[in-house]
Amino acid sequence: MRSSIAVLAVLAVVGLLVFGLVSKGSSGVAVGDPAPDGPLPRLEGGGDGSLADYRGQWVLVNFWASWCVPCKDEAPALEKFQRQHGGPRFTVLGIDSRDLSSDGREFVRRYGLSYPQLRDGDGGAAHDYGTTGVPENYLVDPTGKVQWLLRGPVDEQYLHDEVAPFLPEGKS
Amino acid sequence: MKGRLVLLAFVALAALAPAAAAEQRASLIEIEKQVMCPVCGTLLQLAESPQAQREKAFIRRLIAKGKTEAQIKDALVAEYGDEVLALPQGSGFSLSAYVVPIVAFVVAVIALAIGVMRWRRAGDGKGEEGGPDVGPQGDDADRLDADLARYDL
Repeated sequence: MRSSIAVLAVLAVVGLLVFGLVSKGSSGVAVGDPAPDGPLPRLEGGGDGSLADYRGQWVLVNFWASWCVPCKDEAPALEKFQRQHGGPRFTVLGIDSRDLSSDGREFVRRYGLSYPQLRDGDGGAAHDYGTTGVPENYLVDPTGKVQWLLRGPVDEQYLHDEVAPFLPEGKS
Repeated sequence: MKGRLVLLAFVALAALAPAAAAEQRASLIEIEKQVMCPVCGTLLQLAESPQAQREKAFIRRLIAKGKTEAQIKDALVAEYGDEVLALPQGSGFSLSAYVVPIVAFVVAVIALAIGVMRWRRAGDGKGEEGGPDVGPQGDDADRLDADLARYDL
């Protein structure tokens, strides 16, 4: 009886340690994995939105924050790419992560970003994707699987060379 | 006349006191010690990252608007979630952060007390039977007696 209690206690401690490791550590999504698509508040306009709302389209998920300098650098390139390719078959989807909502909205206005924006204030979505910082970019196919990712900023040339070839011909 | 002036001074002080108290309630230095920089994973007080600077500016703006410490912390939770608080809230699931260590301590004390009581009882039981015989046994005892016999003690 006494030994079984000791075994149970040891198992409980080991279980807690494993839970701690699993819940803290996240290897992140990889190419071929389903992209996390939980609901998030919209940065502007109220209500919730989700990656799942764009099922059937290619989506370039862009994690960013207003305090992040590389995010400022890549924002114009993303907006230009959206204007070139955005449509019923493709969109950029911004996710403002661990940022003040007022700062995020100001950022969107300053850079004239026309693509949809969600808000990830507590970093939960960033954790689900396993991001290591901002910016990070994930190209999700119409079935919801990640087809390409970049843990860092993109620029015009990179988007043209790496992302555009995935998209359907012509304006998506 | 003098009495009225004194009375007016008291009234003015009474009116100003709540404002002064409210100002004391919300202080950037105090709030920085109680909230986290979500990106850095450290107390805001220790963080100097760009995100931390924005968070500090946000707190300063709310202080300037006359918000209390509790209101500012609520606003930070609304922006960054519960994890922005350095100490868990004392309600809901977060309450377990306070309750579990207390329960664990009480259980440990009870277990220790039971262990000590059993140990003492076991010791008393052996005492009644004359205690453990730690002297040499059998051949060893005979050899010891023979050795001792050689000495005139």
